[in-house]
Amino acid sequence: MTFYSILLMLIFPFLACGETVRVAVASNFASTMEKIKEAFEALSSHELAMSYGSTGKLYAQIRNGAPYDLFLAADVERPMRLEREERAVSGSRFTYAFGRLVLWSPTLAIEEGAVLKSADFRFLALANPKLAPYGEAARAVLLKLALWDSLMSEKRIVVGENIGQTFQFVKSGNAQIGFVARSQIIDLGLKGAWEVPPDWYDPIEQQGVLLSDSPGAKALCRFLASEQGLALISKGGYRVP
Amino acid sequence: MLNHADMMAWVVTLKLALVTTLILLVLGTPIAWWLSRTHWRYKFVLEALIALPLVLPPTVLGFYLLLTLGPNGPIGGALQWFGGDSLAFTFSGLVVGSVLYSFPFVVQPLQNAFTAVGLRPLEAAATLGASRWDQFWSIVVPMTRPAFLTAMVLGFAHTVGEFGVVLMIGGNIPGETQVLSIAIYEHVEGLEYENAHWLAGGLLLLSFSVLSIVYCLNRRFRGVWI
Repeated sequence: MTFYSILLMLIFPFLACGETVRVAVASNFASTMEKIKEAFEALSSHELAMSYGSTGKLYAQIRNGAPYDLFLAADVERPMRLEREERAVSGSRFTYAFGRLVLWSPTLAIEEGAVLKSADFRFLALANPKLAPYGEAARAVLLKLALWDSLMSEKRIVVGENIGQTFQFVKSGNAQIGFVARSQIIDLGLKGAWEVPPDWYDPIEQQGVLLSDSPGAKALCRFLASEQGLALISKGGYRVP
Repeated sequence: MLNHADMMAWVVTLKLALVTTLILLVLGTPIAWWLSRTHWRYKFVLEALIALPLVLPPTVLGFYLLLTLGPNGPIGGALQWFGGDSLAFTFSGLVVGSVLYSFPFVVQPLQNAFTAVGLRPLEAAATLGASRWDQFWSIVVPMTRPAFLTAMVLGFAHTVGEFGVVLMIGGNIPGETQVLSIAIYEHVEGLEYENAHWLAGGLLLLSFSVLSIVYCLNRRFRGVWI
């Protein structure tokens, strides 16, 4: 978007009205969503305005009247709740992706997670298991490896508010290793990453739900389920439904 | 009501606010004194620098602290070179962040009060043979006691209410870096509204009591510089 079109939008808000679809997106899906936005806007007359955040925060905002048209969550529970609370369009829930959990370190050699048992790292980062599905999955993996209690009591687990912050902890080198989403490091070439076997944790099923009957939002839903949409999601580091 | 983690969040928060306030007093007093006395041309640069945390969004400050304290950053790198540990995700790291973040709240009231004291009482004391050190402790400190109280309370309260910086550099470790504001945030996000209400209510009560005590005390000090 050029400077002048932004200026125009500021001066004449009504010019941009009616065509803008407001989408609340779980932060793990951010980089993929940017590519989807590009492809979608090239095909349709609608424009997308994205708000990224943790699924929990977006849920609380929507419940309290945030004016989004579509919610792409990182789990099934929040869209289901919104549907039950009649905040979402009934029957509009759909699965758009399955998240893939990876153990990632820019510095350590990761061989099938054995590194977790070593003392080679001071901090292990994960998303907050109470708030983020990727955090819950990471916790399940550590419990399976019987490492959760010891790492917790040694205060070596640091918790990011969402998967974006978790990535930031590892990327900045403050945590030597961390559980992140495969989608976050796919652009880095997946170097130093080990994908956790999917049967070690419950599937991270990511669902979307319509919050209004905006035609643009419906068009975006159709696009997400189309061949082109699915290809972009898969390329973004997810398994597709 | 309050679970174990919530109790620890209280302890960490109060400890952090206390340690931060003490450090701020020790660091802030000489700086405020110097600023109130110097005629240095570029004093305004330092003053602007000290006031920066008032303007910068705390998350911005926190994010760049995270990068600075990290092994690839200047401070974290230097620490590691000397064989020290990284400061991110530790209580000490939070102290560093809080001191930076609350600095103007301590320095500014002190500097204003020191300036208001003026030269005359000090000159009078000097003619009576009081050393500089003696002048400061026997004249300036008693005259500016309300300002010290204000500075301490603002530093303390501001640290208790801190969120963005801790969120960025804390890592949310219970008993180490999980402070009240973070614990409340986590409860809200996790839809545990009742726990959040209890913590927030307690925090409100504490803040209100502390501020009431200060304003009450300040009334008694009225007539002296603030």
